[in-house]
Amino acid sequence: MYRIIEKKKLTPESVFLRVEAPRIARRRRAGQFVILRIDETGERFPLTIVDSDPEEGTITLVAQEVGTSTKKLGRLKEGDSILDVTGPLGHPTEAENWGRVACLAGGIGVAEVLPVVKEIRAAGNFTQAIIGARNQDLVILEDELREAANELYITTDDGSYGRHGLVTEVLHDLINDGAIPDRVYAIGPLPMMRAVADLTRPYDIPTIVSLNALMVDGTGMCGSCRVTVGGETKFTCVDGPDFDGHQVDFEELGKRQKIYIPQEKCSLERFELSASGANVKE
Amino acid sequence: MAEQRPEERIHNSNEVPYGFTPEQAQLEAERCLQCKNAPCMKGCPVEVDIPAFIQLIKEGDFSGAARKLKETNSLPAVCGRVCPQEDQCEEVCVLGIKGDPVAIGTLERFAADWEMEHPADSSSSLPAQEKAKVAVIGAGPAGLTAAADLARFGYRVTIFEALHQPGGVLSYGIPEFRLPKKIVNLEVKNVTNMGVDLQLNQVAGSTITIDELFQDGFRAIFIGTGAGLPRFMGIPGENLNGVYSANEYLTRVNLMKAYLFPEYDTPVIMGKKVCVIGGGNVAMDSARTALRLGAEEVTIVYRRTRKEAPARAEEIHHAGEEGVIFKFLTLPIRYLEDDAGWVIGMEALEMELGEPDESGRRRPLPIEGSEFMIDCDLVVVAIGNSPNPLLPRATPGLKLGWKGIIETDHETGRTSLPGIFAGGDIATGAATVIEAMGAGKRAARGIDNYLMSKSE
Ligand SMILES: Cc1cc2nc3c(=O)[nH]c(=O)nc-3n(C[C@H](O)[C@H](O)[C@H](O)COP(=O)(O)OP(=O)(O)OC[C@H]3O[C@@H](n4cnc5c(N)ncnc54)[C@H](O)[C@@H]3O)c2cc1C
Ligand SMILES: Cc1cc2nc3c(=O)[nH]c(=O)nc-3n(C[C@H](O)[C@H](O)[C@H](O)COP(=O)(O)OP(=O)(O)OC[C@H]3O[C@@H](n4cnc5c(N)ncnc54)[C@H](O)[C@@H]3O)c2cc1C
Ligand code: SF4
Ligand code: SF4
Ligand code: FES
Repeated sequence: MYRIIEKKKLTPESVFLRVEAPRIARRRRAGQFVILRIDETGERFPLTIVDSDPEEGTITLVAQEVGTSTKKLGRLKEGDSILDVTGPLGHPTEAENWGRVACLAGGIGVAEVLPVVKEIRAAGNFTQAIIGARNQDLVILEDELREAANELYITTDDGSYGRHGLVTEVLHDLINDGAIPDRVYAIGPLPMMRAVADLTRPYDIPTIVSLNALMVDGTGMCGSCRVTVGGETKFTCVDGPDFDGHQVDFEELGKRQKIYIPQEKCSLERFELSASGANVKE
Repeated sequence: MAEQRPEERIHNSNEVPYGFTPEQAQLEAERCLQCKNAPCMKGCPVEVDIPAFIQLIKEGDFSGAARKLKETNSLPAVCGRVCPQEDQCEEVCVLGIKGDPVAIGTLERFAADWEMEHPADSSSSLPAQEKAKVAVIGAGPAGLTAAADLARFGYRVTIFEALHQPGGVLSYGIPEFRLPKKIVNLEVKNVTNMGVDLQLNQVAGSTITIDELFQDGFRAIFIGTGAGLPRFMGIPGENLNGVYSANEYLTRVNLMKAYLFPEYDTPVIMGKKVCVIGGGNVAMDSARTALRLGAEEVTIVYRRTRKEAPARAEEIHHAGEEGVIFKFLTLPIRYLEDDAGWVIGMEALEMELGEPDESGRRRPLPIEGSEFMIDCDLVVVAIGNSPNPLLPRATPGLKLGWKGIIETDHETGRTSLPGIFAGGDIATGAATVIEAMGAGKRAARGIDNYLMSKSE
């Protein structure tokens, strides 16, 4: 059992958790993730390890509450336990001294990019974090990122905070101003990662994206997480989650992410009904 | 043996064969000749004393029979169900020369089940566990057997298992209607009751490395991580929505209980017209699972003929009885999709058999110009699994062989690295439960010899 030591709401739809998992805390590196199962009837689902404290034996997770599993997680309290936490999984993010690296993140990707920015900066790079949210209320971990990155740019879709627009527009301007990054890292919703890859392709800027394929085991056993990269089938959980953004078949991945939408809806309706106290019977 | 009727059983996930009643078991046990040299035993990799346990059944001492089985076999209720007995003990039973061999497997299942239903006071003396610490990686048949035998020898054993559930393929692969999960859990419990410490959610090579295990005081390590990497054919459309590997399909249904969705949170796509690619046990299990999930039509697509299919005859027979359609000599070459990226059918080629290949089976050859279409809305690819590369990749110096299997000495399970042993599917490629258990047994002995020689 993996006990929750600290929990706080970051926004109405996202939650921050510090969870006891000493072995994972000791071994985890930036870019890796865990697979969780909240309770006996729960599914296995992945979350990025945002931070860890090896001394205390805890890992930090940040989740956007979008469906049954993440909402179940959001309802747990400090002192409660998660049934299963497995990891660290996936390859750590590569970090060498390339020079200047722009790290773009959108939505919950802002939490996931935090360890990457730290790691890449520690390797000697000048890091520019460019983060986006729908509106001001949904901007998360601003202070942490301001401290982690050399420069921080914030955009909102509605202009309520930072620059009005998309993260790609900031990157576009940086490139136009002649400040072409030596490398770009992007994490967030698929359309955003795809737009970043499309933007950097003509400039030949090496661009790494962290893919969020649907997973079950997370150990290379099922193939649920397969993606096409450079014409070859790869398993996101063991070959990734970081891949060359210019080689990823985003179209296919986008379709695969939609496989279970009707079932996810049904599951969520059922969960919210039972969470609201109603008696659910088959 | 009595069975659930096909038309009934495709609507539930209960076991198909009912097993012997005590009277039937004793009657069958009477047939055994109690051969002095017991040729049947040579067919059993875990060295079950077959005449002895059958004699006890004959005498009506069923729990004595179960105890006899457990002296050498830690998972008798599992073996009694899924051993390919016809290729193992029963193949060499002398009665089989002229007529039917003794139904050893069914008798084994009977005694083990009887024991589960009538648990005796198991205050049987456990060996004191005071010898060295040994780590076992993977809680499949190979790892569980190695762990149990090492505990019997007096070692302090810890099993590290990657999933949240022990059993390996017994839990995530083989369906409920062939191997009830209750049985698997009880037999795993027997192993932990021997003092074996089972740690779940531990991915060796990641959560904990081989080096760390040695640093933590483990004196030897057994690797039984199985052949968990699903193979695909590499044809166009294989990543379409509605195309599963058998591993994913069966894992969702068995391990994650998707057949109980939405009570359980994990979904699975329930096709109406399902095609399963392959001719092994895994293909039969997938096809029969699809029927139980409500498919209207399930077709096995296999490139050779029934004669070459590696599945057990019993499995093909059961699948056929339940209404699975067989399309032999057929090779898919590409999958077709609709606008949303869902599979709607496949293009396939007709095949003919040519000269025998390395495996001795006649090689299937495509017939030119024979392309045709098959409609389907779900595909399950069951063409085999390769060794799981996660741990080997994280363990430099470990010598690997053909397709990434770990090279071992057959008799002792020794690998190229001192103190590291391996066995089961990770060392042979996908094989059988009983062969994995036999390897676990031999490796336990190998580890014992290794540690004894070191302590001298
Ligand atoms: C390696 C990896 C790391 C991840 N890290 C994080 C993280 O740190 N924080 C976080 O909040 N999420 C993360 N995710 C995504 C997270 O796993 C999913 O949001 C979660 O599984 C959804 O489960 P659910 O039952 O709550 O929602 P569901 O009911 O499964 O889905 C609800 C909605 O979200 C969409 N959705 C579900 N899964 C994904 C996905 N993988 N990608 C895009 N859309 C999806 C569905 O299509 C649906 O519209 C990560 C995914 C991967 C593969
Ligand atoms: C659907 C299906 C049906 C089958 N039917 C039959 C049958 O009827 N009869 C028969 O004899 N055989 C059958 N087989 C084959 C048989 O199940 C296998 O040969 C047998 O399970 C192999 O045992 P194993 O212990 O080597 O590996 P597995 O059973 O694969 O167990 C390996 C275990 O190791 C774990 N693991 C992997 N990597 C790590 C890691 N890095 N760290 C920690 N743990 C790890 C896995 O999670 C798993 O639990 C079937 C196989 C399948 C897939
Ligand atoms: S374990 Fe398998 S091979 Fe051995 S006696 Fe039992 S059925 Fe036969
Ligand atoms: S070979 Fe057959 S008849 Fe002889 S002891 Fe074994 S099971 Fe009995
Ligand atoms: S999640 Fe199963 S192989 Fe990646």
